[in-house]
Amino acid sequence: MRELLNDIDRWKAAGKQIALARVIDIEGSGPRDPGAAMAVNEDGEVIGSVSGGCVEGAVVAEALAILNGDKQPKLVKFGYSDDEAFAVGLTCGGIIHLFIQPLTW
Amino acid sequence: MSLYQLFSERTRANKPVALATVIDGPNIGAMLLVTPDNAAQGTLGNAELDRVVARDTQGELEAGRTSVRHYGPQGQTTPEDLVNTPTVRVFIDAFSPPPTMVIFGAVDFTSALARVAKVLGYHVLVCDAREVFATKRRFPMADEVLVTWPAPLFVERGAQLTQRDAVCILTHDPKFDVPAVVGALATNVGYIGVMGSRKTHAKRIERLVEAGVTEEQLRRLMSPIGLDIGARTPEETAISICGEIIARRTGRGAPSLRDGDGPIHK
Repeated sequence: MRELLNDIDRWKAAGKQIALARVIDIEGSGPRDPGAAMAVNEDGEVIGSVSGGCVEGAVVAEALAILNGDKQPKLVKFGYSDDEAFAVGLTCGGIIHLFIQPLTW
Repeated sequence: MSLYQLFSERTRANKPVALATVIDGPNIGAMLLVTPDNAAQGTLGNAELDRVVARDTQGELEAGRTSVRHYGPQGQTTPEDLVNTPTVRVFIDAFSPPPTMVIFGAVDFTSALARVAKVLGYHVLVCDAREVFATKRRFPMADEVLVTWPAPLFVERGAQLTQRDAVCILTHDPKFDVPAVVGALATNVGYIGVMGSRKTHAKRIERLVEAGVTEEQLRRLMSPIGLDIGARTPEETAISICGEIIARRTGRGAPSLRDGDGPIHK
């Protein structure tokens, strides 16, 4: 998350709402380890990554839904085995568990 | 100060810090910020849960590990206490300072190795006793360039070196190599690589044994340094050294030059 700090500071200074998504667990093969993080602001700007680019698009959609909706943190899962993930295409065959939360702390 | 501010301040200062976040159960999203030296900040919603999670998080910080742990709402951890209670899942995200790579010898291989080590996130320290060679201008990518002999450097920094750190000795000069190897062996550093041909290393071993180094200690040395991938240029050699450091850490069976007996360059 260290690599996100400069951009997050800039977004915070500009008063942007921010959602933070972190990899909490990987089952099987996954491109990034637990702790990998990305952040999305209310304008849809994105920094960091949580996979090799396979699920980032879907994470942005989830993050914006949280920022524009009930602001509640959420566990999400992408994997080869479920339909949604098949649509976003996690090619390595693993399952990736993410925690997405508004960065209000 | 907010948890984020505390977190970013410590991270930027390269000080260990961890965030424990409730990801499932009551108080989802609640956070606790844990450091090795201060009281935890924030709360997960229950004082006893905070205490137990802070304790576990300090252990994860020491190991530099990120994990998910399960507790009862009041911090219960034993299986019988967890029956019929909601489970609180806590994500422990631990940030340890970057590992250090000490490179002895201000030579061409040094700048290539320093560059690759920076890519991998190391704090890079270049050390040579020769003032004209050990300059920040020649090694702009290094975090520190020190003009000194190995012994004083190890007196000052040796105790801080851990399993995550590396010492790479690239000088081919016995009056520098021998004290550098002896100094590195006295630390807990996880990787010690020494450059030189098999012939050079055989001669070096004689000098090291004269200096009191034991057989067992000699087994810690990776020399000739690097993986047997046919590296030729300084850049390729740097990749082979860093590849060896990764393979030694993960215990994977990548072939080290040390463990073979053929020529280094074919």
